[in-house]
Amino acid sequence: MARRQKRFEVLEQRPIHKDGFIKEWVEVGLVAMDSPNDPAAGIKIQGGKVVELDGKRREDFDMIDYWIADHYIDTAVAEEAMGLDSLKFARMLVDIDVPRCEIIRLSVGMTPAKILEVLKKLNVVELMMAMQKLRPRRTPSNQAHVTNLKDTPALLAADAAEAAYRGFSEVETTVGVVRYAPMNALSITLGSQVGRPGVIAQCAVEEALELAMGMRGLTHYAETVSVYGTEQVFIDGDDTPWSKAFLASAYASRGLKMRYTSGTGSEVQMGYAEGKSMLYLEIRCVMVTKAAGVQGLQNGSISCIGVPGAVPAGIRAVLAENVATVLTDLEVASGNDQTFTHSSIRNTARMLMQFLPGTDLIFSGYSSVPNYDNMFAGSTHDCDDYDDYLVLQRDLQIDGGLRPVTEEKVIEVRNRAARALQAVFEELSLPPVTDEEVEAATYAHGSKDMPDRNVPEDLRAIDEMMKRGTTALDIVRALAKHGFRQEAETMLNMLKQKISGDYLHTSAIFDENMHVISAVNDANDYQGPGTGYRLEGARWDILKDIPMAIDPEDI
Amino acid sequence: MNITEDMVKEIILEVLQEMQKEGRAAAVQKPEAPALRFREVGEAKPGTNRNEVVVGISPAFGISMNKTIIDIPLQSVLKEVLAGIEEEGLKSRLIRVIRTADVGFIAHEAAKLSGSGIGIGIQSRGTSVIHQKDLAPLQNLELFSQAPLVELETFRAMGRNAAKYAKGEQPSPVPVRNDPMARPRYQGLAALIHNKETQFVKPDMPSVELTVAM
Repeated sequence: MARRQKRFEVLEQRPIHKDGFIKEWVEVGLVAMDSPNDPAAGIKIQGGKVVELDGKRREDFDMIDYWIADHYIDTAVAEEAMGLDSLKFARMLVDIDVPRCEIIRLSVGMTPAKILEVLKKLNVVELMMAMQKLRPRRTPSNQAHVTNLKDTPALLAADAAEAAYRGFSEVETTVGVVRYAPMNALSITLGSQVGRPGVIAQCAVEEALELAMGMRGLTHYAETVSVYGTEQVFIDGDDTPWSKAFLASAYASRGLKMRYTSGTGSEVQMGYAEGKSMLYLEIRCVMVTKAAGVQGLQNGSISCIGVPGAVPAGIRAVLAENVATVLTDLEVASGNDQTFTHSSIRNTARMLMQFLPGTDLIFSGYSSVPNYDNMFAGSTHDCDDYDDYLVLQRDLQIDGGLRPVTEEKVIEVRNRAARALQAVFEELSLPPVTDEEVEAATYAHGSKDMPDRNVPEDLRAIDEMMKRGTTALDIVRALAKHGFRQEAETMLNMLKQKISGDYLHTSAIFDENMHVISAVNDANDYQGPGTGYRLEGARWDILKDIPMAIDPEDI
Repeated sequence: MNITEDMVKEIILEVLQEMQKEGRAAAVQKPEAPALRFREVGEAKPGTNRNEVVVGISPAFGISMNKTIIDIPLQSVLKEVLAGIEEEGLKSRLIRVIRTADVGFIAHEAAKLSGSGIGIGIQSRGTSVIHQKDLAPLQNLELFSQAPLVELETFRAMGRNAAKYAKGEQPSPVPVRNDPMARPRYQGLAALIHNKETQFVKPDMPSVELTVAM
């Protein structure tokens, strides 16, 4: 070009131009939800056994096929379900006169290719409609990330407290330095109980350590147990469906809630998608999860979001995979948890797909810390977006899980969490949390506002604490001794919950009175206007009352 | 000679125009990375020299791909890594792993063949790992997981640190940068490149030892 057109020069400067876009490459599976290599739906059952799945005969099955054929497919309804016209079933998903239970009865008789065929018939508005009707828990909720660059404990406790106070029902941490994991887990578990009793906490690290921390009561649940849609990628991850199911049972046996993690794009990212579409492979992951008896799944591409995000209809596929999850009666923690674009317009549009219909956990999670402190490599939205999010809830009258707060109250809960942690550190012989740290954590925006700790000393003390066999009961004792009576009781009650096990039910969270809210006692009964979850009454009064709004009385 | 102000202006303008042309040409045409010239020496064998670090490269490294995801020529990558090892007074041996394109397994294979038990694995896109033979394949000594943030200096430091581990030292890990915005920009491209890489994988082929002409 001899001369540039000025509008194009301006367009090129927009943030969207920094995103990477790729044209489809179907041979390797760099395609969202429609590959010519996806098999045709079909099933053959002989003597109650699946002998052919989506055109593949039993003798040619890979381990994922076996797993799905033998443990997912309900052969009692398979022939009826597979005999249904896919378009008809797609319409049933959005038909308010067809109850959720009827959909679920049939979906467990369907093969991966069948569900793919069904989901491909829905546009994003219909997919949102299906999500609204099919998510297991009636009340939508939200999860927060709580991490920081320095793994500094007082800040973790304060941030967890604020996140809990703002309304998140789950908090998830991870580490910068691996050996900090138990201290991070302890900090957010305690902090979140200060912010709001009943919030559950997890620490995403290497699987054995994560389980060990859960067994000691330092966490309440887990979700980073990854499964994949092709055998080769499963093997590259040094795992099988059987080993993952074993791990899931280990959590369940100790009364710990858990869900798996998967997402579109992971197989092609690892180079072994077998030419299949990302959504087809993700539906296999959903079925692997269901077949293992696990109650839920975190998906929505998660850490591979840049892959579906780069191809056509990728974000539609991401919503479709969330729908595939609830379609099979699993809890969905629906992503929105990784930086995905340079464009704030695109970022919000992607999030609305889960925010508008509501899911079990809309984010998995929302960064309750500034993204520079987010050790999951950043989330789509962070603490600086809180007010935008509250306004979106208010504009659209939607419950996204967060409530307006006052600065005074946030300062109060942050401070109390940091002081409670200070007391616990003293009792557990951990290197002290200083008054200076308590003060800094109370008022901090992020870890840049925190003094440095002596890292080698922390790590040595953590190793000793783990060797001593410290459990959450020691934390309860420490809290009680230092006058944090209510926090001690809350922490103890959370331990009791692991014995009663009620929160192992699908989509379980707790309210502030420690009552379980799950798909059992809060089952989604959406069947059109006038049914299902409605943001109204006292809850709406809370959510619409943002401090930014002018009160007519004041003028 | 009498130079007027107008003449000066005209000369400056001409020079500027020339410079702009060059700039545009450079922007349109990315520099072609030089091809790597390898010679296969035979099947890669376990080494006995305790003073060596084995560098494992991925199946398509220098064959179908000549640059990392941020256009660093792979020739320069190898030069830096090998120089880093040499700087610490150790020897290097180069192998190509063909049975997998997974950087963890490539590095682990290199470590297992290395006389010192320390190996480096490098994928074409730049993702790299420093490994030790007694660790599990998916563990590592140092992981450089975000290829868009692995720069030329990083490769030198990687070579140096691997050599230090081989000598039994405990070096400070090479500082790893974190850029959340690398994902939206590069993840799709990374998947594309990795699939080009896996097309060269032959699961039953043993690794081969290489020499390279720099």
